[in-house]
Amino acid sequence: MKRLLADALQKYHVWAAEHPDPTFAIWAFIKIFIILNVTLVVVSYLVWAERKICGRMQGRFGPNRVGWFGLLQPWADVVKLFFKEEFVPGSANKVLYSIAPALAIVPALISFSIVPFGPGLHVTDLNVGLLLFLAMSSIGVYAVTLGGWASNNKYALIGGLRSSAQMISYELAMGISTIGVLLLAGSLSMVDIVKAQEHTWFVAFQPVAFLMFMITAFAETNRTPFDLPEAESELVAGFHTEYSSMKFGLFFLGEYSNVITICSIAVTLFLGGWNGPWLPQSLKFLWFFAKLAVLVFVFVWARWTLPRFRYDQLMDLGWKVLLPVSIANVMLTAVVVYMRVPR
Amino acid sequence: MREYLPVLMFIIVGIGFAGVTLGVSQFIVPRRSSAKKMAPYECGVEPVGTARQRVEIKFYLVAVLFILFDIEAVFLYPWAVAFRRLGLYGLIEMVLFVAVLLVGYLYLLQKKALDWNSPS
Repeated sequence: MKRLLADALQKYHVWAAEHPDPTFAIWAFIKIFIILNVTLVVVSYLVWAERKICGRMQGRFGPNRVGWFGLLQPWADVVKLFFKEEFVPGSANKVLYSIAPALAIVPALISFSIVPFGPGLHVTDLNVGLLLFLAMSSIGVYAVTLGGWASNNKYALIGGLRSSAQMISYELAMGISTIGVLLLAGSLSMVDIVKAQEHTWFVAFQPVAFLMFMITAFAETNRTPFDLPEAESELVAGFHTEYSSMKFGLFFLGEYSNVITICSIAVTLFLGGWNGPWLPQSLKFLWFFAKLAVLVFVFVWARWTLPRFRYDQLMDLGWKVLLPVSIANVMLTAVVVYMRVPR
Repeated sequence: MREYLPVLMFIIVGIGFAGVTLGVSQFIVPRRSSAKKMAPYECGVEPVGTARQRVEIKFYLVAVLFILFDIEAVFLYPWAVAFRRLGLYGLIEMVLFVAVLLVGYLYLLQKKALDWNSPS
């Protein structure tokens, strides 16, 4: 059945490429709808998983009252957030204050349009796919910065400022660490990058770049040990101090969607995407989700293992270690690729 | 250009999702506002001054440096994709480019522009 479906999909792709027509748009809309829903469910269960895992790591049970093993907890949380009182601080800049939460979630979701989940299972295959992801992660900076500034609260302002400086510093190293992969794959298309890893995952050739991508991923998503923008012990909640109800909910959802997005990109770039042994073509997407789950677990694990950085240490690491090392890695890769290319 | 259409659709659907979520919540959330509630939160203490103050110049410096190095990253992308076709010429070109940037980077280090704790 699944194979039949995959074959039909493949045939449709071939046919649609030759005959541009409105059904192409309808088909794309269906895929977007499915991916959006799957993402939102996965994100809500990531929140549940994180609370469950951190509970276990601290010798607690975590959520276990709402439903079997607390499995209905995310839905209870959403309902609760919808019915919470919402207020906008009197001195806030109302327009930017309302736009910021949407800016936190929308770019994280849009990045999924270029992630290849399995063979043929992608919304679209752009020839500049990776650039779209980088552009979207840059827009994500605005959410935190504008949210912090528009609240007109000192904690929020400091949180927003810190995060903007942190995210742009680490974005450099993140962008440059992906270039090693581009040199090997010779393409910016995510599907081509996955296909280039059919035999060997790029993490084998680019271990340094993978390590740096993961470090910068922690900083880009504002997760521990780089969660200075919302350092609870000094800034209350950082940039979202003044947010309540569903506006806070969207920030929260945005943070977790960002974790999933960035892990999906890491799986695609370094861990071979859907490539894996045994499974038939139509089930290869299970490999993708298995690798994704492992990386996401690392995110949760690190949160309960590592203490928070000091701000000057954070800036030192970004500018004096990650940036030069990533550039050196690119040059080294270029030399090796040049020597290995047959001519 | 056809493959860009789904991205545009995804943007519209994403904005729609955020808009509907925020819009629906506007109709069902309770609102009992008061002057105290509207004040900026400062751990329950009366707010001191305003949040619209001057901020450290260092944040500005970081932004300027980011632009410089990000332009380098942007230059690296097309180079990396076309590297195999460029051959030795491309390699030497990029080594020179990075060498020029390295000089600038060393200058920044020597000026302590990258030391967060140094007085600006």
